[in-house]
Amino acid sequence: MRDISIEFPGVKALDGVDFTLRSGEIHSLLGENGAGKSTLIKALTGVYPIDSGTIRVAGTERTFAGTADAQSAGIATVYQEVNLCTNLTVGENVMLGHEVRGKLGINWRATHAKATTYLHQLGVDVDPRSQLSSHSLAIQQLIAISRAMVLDCSLLVLDEPTSSLDRSEVEQLFAVMRRLRSRNVAILFVSHFLDQVYEISDQMTVLRNGKLVGEYHVGELSRSELISKMLGRELAELESIARAASRTIDRTGDPILRVTGLSRKGAIEPTDLDVYDGEIVGFAGLLGSGRTELVRVIYGADRSDHGVIEVRGKSVRLSTPRHSSIHRIAFSSEDRRAEGIISDLTVAENIVLGIQAKRGWLRRVSSAQREEVVAQYIESLDIRPNTPNILMRNLSGGNQQKVLLARWLATAPQLLILDEPTRGIDIGAKAEIQREIAKLAEAGLGVIFISSELDEVLRLSQRVVVMRDRRKIAEFDNHKSFDIDDIVALIAKEGAA
Amino acid sequence: MSNTSTVNTTPSGVLKNGLRRKMKIRLSWIPVLAALAILILMLIGGQVHFGSFITPAMLSSLLVDNAYLVVLAAGMTFVILSGGIDLSVGAVMAFTGMLAAKLLSVGVPVAVVIPLMLLAGALFGTLIGVLVHFFDVQPFIASLTGMFLARGLCFVISLEAIQVQNPFVLRLQSAQLNVGSWYITPTGIIALVVIVVAAWVLSYTRFGRTVYAIGGSEQSARLMGLSVARSKILVYVVSGVCAGIAGLILTSYTAAGYGGNGVGTELDTIAAVVIGGTLLTGGSGYLVGSLVGVFVYGVIKVLIIYMGADASWERITIGILLLVFVVVQRFIVARANRN
Amino acid sequence: MGALVALVLLNTISRPSFLSITVKNGQLYGSLIDILRDSAPLMLVALGMTLVIATRGIDLSVGALMAISGSVALTIVSRSSSPNRIGTILVAIGIGVFITLLFGLWNGFLVAVVGIQPIIATLVLMLGGRGIAFLITGGFITTITSTPYAQLAQGHLLGLPVAFFFSVGAIAIVGVLVRKTALGVLTESVGINPSASRLAGVRSRGIIWSLYGLSGLLAGLAGILYSSNIMAADANNAGLNIELDAILAVVLGGTSLAGGKFTLSGTVIGVLIIQTLTSTITFLGVPPAVTPVFKAIVVIIVCLSQSKRVRQYLGRIRRIRGAKRPIRLSGLETEVLAERKTV
Repeated sequence: MRDISIEFPGVKALDGVDFTLRSGEIHSLLGENGAGKSTLIKALTGVYPIDSGTIRVAGTERTFAGTADAQSAGIATVYQEVNLCTNLTVGENVMLGHEVRGKLGINWRATHAKATTYLHQLGVDVDPRSQLSSHSLAIQQLIAISRAMVLDCSLLVLDEPTSSLDRSEVEQLFAVMRRLRSRNVAILFVSHFLDQVYEISDQMTVLRNGKLVGEYHVGELSRSELISKMLGRELAELESIARAASRTIDRTGDPILRVTGLSRKGAIEPTDLDVYDGEIVGFAGLLGSGRTELVRVIYGADRSDHGVIEVRGKSVRLSTPRHSSIHRIAFSSEDRRAEGIISDLTVAENIVLGIQAKRGWLRRVSSAQREEVVAQYIESLDIRPNTPNILMRNLSGGNQQKVLLARWLATAPQLLILDEPTRGIDIGAKAEIQREIAKLAEAGLGVIFISSELDEVLRLSQRVVVMRDRRKIAEFDNHKSFDIDDIVALIAKEGAA
Repeated sequence: MSNTSTVNTTPSGVLKNGLRRKMKIRLSWIPVLAALAILILMLIGGQVHFGSFITPAMLSSLLVDNAYLVVLAAGMTFVILSGGIDLSVGAVMAFTGMLAAKLLSVGVPVAVVIPLMLLAGALFGTLIGVLVHFFDVQPFIASLTGMFLARGLCFVISLEAIQVQNPFVLRLQSAQLNVGSWYITPTGIIALVVIVVAAWVLSYTRFGRTVYAIGGSEQSARLMGLSVARSKILVYVVSGVCAGIAGLILTSYTAAGYGGNGVGTELDTIAAVVIGGTLLTGGSGYLVGSLVGVFVYGVIKVLIIYMGADASWERITIGILLLVFVVVQRFIVARANRN
Repeated sequence: MGALVALVLLNTISRPSFLSITVKNGQLYGSLIDILRDSAPLMLVALGMTLVIATRGIDLSVGALMAISGSVALTIVSRSSSPNRIGTILVAIGIGVFITLLFGLWNGFLVAVVGIQPIIATLVLMLGGRGIAFLITGGFITTITSTPYAQLAQGHLLGLPVAFFFSVGAIAIVGVLVRKTALGVLTESVGINPSASRLAGVRSRGIIWSLYGLSGLLAGLAGILYSSNIMAADANNAGLNIELDAILAVVLGGTSLAGGKFTLSGTVIGVLIIQTLTSTITFLGVPPAVTPVFKAIVVIIVCLSQSKRVRQYLGRIRRIRGAKRPIRLSGLETEVLAERKTV
């Protein structure tokens, strides 16, 4: 792709970007949110038309009027949400549009057999007649990649494929990617996880603010050099958040929250937990370990089967979110699009929603009050753009997360539960959010913090809880000497290898 | 690191796979089986209560008297599977019937009239499909518009009923093929043919699978490169053509074209399809289920006549049955999601 | 709004007397007045429908509920020994409306608690409700002669039709309810994202439940007006197809069937459009059975003008509420991938 420019009204999303991808190469595309990564990919896959510049595939210049054009040029994409049809079978999903047809219509036996061939080529062993929804997201992703192979693609774009995968699934994916590479498929790998980028890619291209920063061989740049190229500023930001371990917590007296023997069938085994004022309890663990399930039960988003919850020493019933908000517990879900943002309401309305919900429908939050609260949080959290009347849907992921944070903070909670608050967010916003959490905890707020990035957990928490297979397997105070490998070892040790 | 497993790393996934292998029943079949169970229960109940209830004559009448609904339900299944809905089928059925009656009364030959009926149905379907896909109008509103249009045009043709005396058309209904006490009419055969063809299309053609795909996730279907636009419009065309066929059947049944025909029939059709196990959200369901749904509807009508109850109980019963079915469907889906 | 103006103009051009209002016995008469009076039942129903649609739902049972409230009220009046006393009338109306309120709450229960799709949940009553109305009147079309009752739909107050005051009153009360309290914005929140609203602590269930109840209540009032107009309880024809007209009015007014943001004033205009349309057609001498054709044409025109594709084609830029220039950032990405349409 040469000199690509794409303009949207008011914003130049891509400005004169050059980009080259060679066959048999795994190439990572890096950049913050709003840097233009997604736009470049959408131009490549025919979702957006380009305003100027050329795209050459295998030497021939192409213009894509839609996704079908890109597909016929041999470009296939697997998105983060794995766009397949879960109500159909595996084999069907792989072969849809290319089924084997006989005189009487589709020959299902032959079609499923062919699907199996393609799946085996990637080392995936799944019954093609099984329904897609019966498989994990990781397997579904591999099935989506198999489909790309059916389409005879020469360029495979993987958009944030590892966000919902655990370690073993990532390994599996990488194995498949290497296999494809040896078959001369060019792979474009887009990811926020820098460790994975370093592990799997051959080349990296960095975008910033719609412009090309450069293309580098993987060995050329160190992590911090890469980050500063992406950010344009030093890594120091992240380092500036004081190591939380240095703060001591007063654990005499009643904790904000005490959970005893809390369990839910199919979600979590009986678990205990205490959270004190000013304490950040960080949860580490793999996907499926039960961290999200646990906090959802605590908050009342899901019902518990057994167990006791005490708030400040008094036993309470938290069976719905409303109960929790009455006890000043707030919860930010890991899926902000489905369970967080109200996309067609304004930023102001989103921020005020928590307060309004608490007050009930009768007592409306007055405009003056609303303006005051909203202005306060827009400033303290540096929400951009800083107009309160813009629709939520037009904000970047990081700013949306900040608005959600504002919503919860405005209700003046005593305990704040954050599930993956920094997922899918650029580094700048990540740092801001983490800094804010640390500040709030210092002021006395209790925090439960779940993150799949172990360095975040270690940076922020006073106490770390490790979960696996729906149980708590370890809990310890955070010391300077602890690092990521220790936690990983804990998880591995407890697991049945 | 641990060995990479290739099948279902999540525990629940393993469980379900194993279970399903043992049971070999897909979740989406359960509502259909439930409908079948209800049908059988009702038949047995009627037999126990009234004595000679299940007779070949009665069972034959189930198909023949409800042939028009069978055809409508077949077309509606396509639309609902794709995630849409078609409220126009009753009105389009009436319109094509009216059109036919008028044309026949002025001497246009039958061989021309029948294709014209189907064409009219197809045109309405195209209109609705285009509104839905190209202009982003919600299927409810778009098909409502089609319904208004068809209903009004009925009365533009004629405010009163028009008799049909054409022997071919009439014979479609009156000619009976007898096998012992069983009987069937050409209209019944038409209905069966429609069912078979429709079922084949849904399971063995790319178009049919695209319909399921769109119902499952339109966005995914689009990104997978399927011809979503064409298929979305085509399902409404199918429904329209089915409405045309149903118009033919109804006209031969009542020997007249009348603008007041088929009022509320679209709701009966939707009820039959939903009772038959097709989820209103799309992507899940089977044509054979819709056939069962129509039979359930038919048996209810017969039962009510036998019980001598007021005809308005018919609608009430369908309503209650629909409710029960949907509640049960809901529990099944909720249970599946839990796993 | 433009459509309404266009219709009014069309009418005035073809018959100049359209706009004229005459005074007789201190009461106003004229085509415009007729529209204000005749639109009352639809107005009531459409107001309730707007709120239900905003929660991503729909209420197909309103027509049947109209039949039920009429049946109940008229049965009470016809069995009473003093059908002309205001007290009797009030009791009849009260009970009639209360019953449809209960039915509305039943709908709400099915949708909010059991989780059934609104179309199916309300379809049940739509199918069975008229049967219930018939059972209440014992299978007959009950008629009454009661002067006060007739006043509801046919009488005048301060020169304007009483029915009109029903409309205005409903608009005012619902309007205040929705915009002066937080009910409006909470409803929008529930409609746009039910799970996020629930997690935010919004009483989604309660709100949805009550709004169906409100729809039932308004439908009940509409039924009273209808029965007052014909002084009979006609279970078959009361409110026939009014749910479709109401949905049309809501959509014409600008509220999307997909739920979320809604506009009451838009619905009011939508109702007036439909009523004016009906009046125009009747005046043109077209048989009422053909009216649906014109409704269809109007819908097509309005939907086309509201559709994105047509807008893009005509080169207009959508204005986002509040901001002067559309600010895209990465919002476009979510827009492309996050279109979700419901029936």
